[in-house]
Amino acid sequence: MDRVLIGDNQFFGINHMSEEKARAQGMRFQETAAIIEVLDAAYAEGIKTFMCTTHERVAEVCAHFRDNREKYPDYKFYPCMPYAHKYANAATEHGVVGAFRTFLPEENAFSALLSGGISLARKDVEGLAALLIDAEMKMFSGLHTPVVLLQNVATDFLLGLGFDEAFRIFADRIRKRYQAEPGFITMNAPRLLHTLQKIGIDNPIICTNINKLGFRMSGDIEKYEQLMAHGECRLIAMSVFASGALPVRPALEYVCSFPQVKSIVFGASSRAHIGQTRQLIEQLTPRS
Amino acid sequence: MFNAAIVGLGKMGLSHLSIANTHPEIQVRCVCDPARYVREILDKYTTVKTYSDFRAMLQAEQLDCVIVATPTKYHTEIVEAALERNLHVFCEKPFALEAEHGYRLADMAERKGLVNQVGYHYRFVASFNEAKRLLDAKLIGDLHHVRAEAYGPVVLRKKGLTWRSHRSEGGGCLFDYACHAIDLVNYLVGRPASVSGSVLNGVFSSGVEDEIYSTLHFAQGFHGQLATNWSDDSFRKMSVRVSLWGTNGRINVDRQELQIYLRSVDQSAENLVPGWNVRYTTDLTPAVWFYMRGEEYSAQIDHFVQCIKNGAGARTSFRSAADAVLVASMMRKDAHGQRTPIKSAAVSGSTAAARDSSVSSLPGRARELVQVLLGRSRQG
Repeated sequence: MDRVLIGDNQFFGINHMSEEKARAQGMRFQETAAIIEVLDAAYAEGIKTFMCTTHERVAEVCAHFRDNREKYPDYKFYPCMPYAHKYANAATEHGVVGAFRTFLPEENAFSALLSGGISLARKDVEGLAALLIDAEMKMFSGLHTPVVLLQNVATDFLLGLGFDEAFRIFADRIRKRYQAEPGFITMNAPRLLHTLQKIGIDNPIICTNINKLGFRMSGDIEKYEQLMAHGECRLIAMSVFASGALPVRPALEYVCSFPQVKSIVFGASSRAHIGQTRQLIEQLTPRS
Repeated sequence: MFNAAIVGLGKMGLSHLSIANTHPEIQVRCVCDPARYVREILDKYTTVKTYSDFRAMLQAEQLDCVIVATPTKYHTEIVEAALERNLHVFCEKPFALEAEHGYRLADMAERKGLVNQVGYHYRFVASFNEAKRLLDAKLIGDLHHVRAEAYGPVVLRKKGLTWRSHRSEGGGCLFDYACHAIDLVNYLVGRPASVSGSVLNGVFSSGVEDEIYSTLHFAQGFHGQLATNWSDDSFRKMSVRVSLWGTNGRINVDRQELQIYLRSVDQSAENLVPGWNVRYTTDLTPAVWFYMRGEEYSAQIDHFVQCIKNGAGARTSFRSAADAVLVASMMRKDAHGQRTPIKSAAVSGSTAAARDSSVSSLPGRARELVQVLLGRSRQG
């Protein structure tokens, strides 16, 4: 994994601190060309991994990278799925099962099953998961996706439920079908690592909030710091600036001081900001 | 450790199951839903016991509390059965279809000394609580107007298959969405005494409303407006915002941030300056033991547990939820009420009419003064 990854929250009107800022960003990035402009600036600054949700507009970004492969020969995508709001909104409108049906291909092995309300567990949860994963991965076809992550709402929902086997199902599908490494986004990293170890997913890639403020590092900050110091996992740190609540340098000093933090993902919109952040991360990363 | 059951495994029930399951002082023993596919998955992959019939479950299990997250029309029956068995109850919002049912359940729970809570989770969002604290301290002076807004992308097409598109089952924007904004108003400034000018309109839905607008009148003399619309996909997810105007400034508050404008600041106001002050959720929100979809969802479950432990009353009690239902019902009734027709002015109006219209165009205080000078009482 690269040390520095660029994220996509800023492109889709997500800001944990201000709805006005989020809306302004949403307006700025209304045209996909504006997103690509930022990704190009990041690329010029040496950031070659785009960690993104499976938001429908990412499909347009993917198409651009597919059409211009020679321009970005070493470019990587880290897809994060599912884009939860589309499921949550669909569940409000169509019910939980109806929501799944909305995102499956029109004719599939499960359409009859879902509409008939026939047993799902007995048939094949794995098969259903495979269909959903494949539907989400379609937009990345032909692109390099060495790591595929499960979004935090999904990870943490399953974690709370105790549906541990789901992580294994996800990991298997990502490894076998996409020859990629599975990753897990969570707001409960210590608890998740414990569960993943229990089911034999060793040294997992875990993406989680890591910031000096402790913002959305749920459970116990001490357990987090133990994990960051010597947990058997590879961490991708996100929300390192706590959505802008923290000044840049001390925020990066904190996150860079932990050896298990292998990568840092951040969202920025200007080349100057991207460049400064990347340089600072490299400067603050201890040479091993 | 409290033994808990969850009734209803839709979006909210599953969410509560995931959160409650991780709480160190709750043991979720069993869940109940008529849908076989959900039960079968839980049977196969988790350790929670499943039932299809809630009465059978209540009969068979030794429980301390129950979380009810079925479609609204079943709430009254299930909550009543749980209270009869002396169980503490957390029920999803809006709580009841009729305010009187809600008040009856509140009476019953209070009489039995049982914790009774409803899932109005915005009362657990840190920024709204901070706003309440500042309002209670009279920081913006005497309130004269409050505006509550809720927008989001729920119904965007002419179609709907679930109970949410049936008014008789508690569907529609008023009971499903606007109730949150109504409850926040009740929480922050108290329940309105009356409503007027209410509009309930279907944008895409035919059986239910997709938007609600209403004017709120409070006993203390201030007033407010409510605007909610769940057919607005310019918002990524539900967004609730309350703006409050007082004689010493204003507060805008949503889930992310609290903006406070103050005309003057006295010494008791900690770290606040005249002009704008901004507080962010990142600073205001206390950490939770487990995060699934927002601190408030975890915090309300923890609050339920702490209330059981300490014998305390819940912040979102049955009674407060029944109040929200009552206000919503008043809006529905009002929407069918009288309108004031607008008639063209007569071509040759009297001098008095002309004088009236020039007086009525003056700002409030000036108008009153002129009317006094003209020898009329305020009512006249």
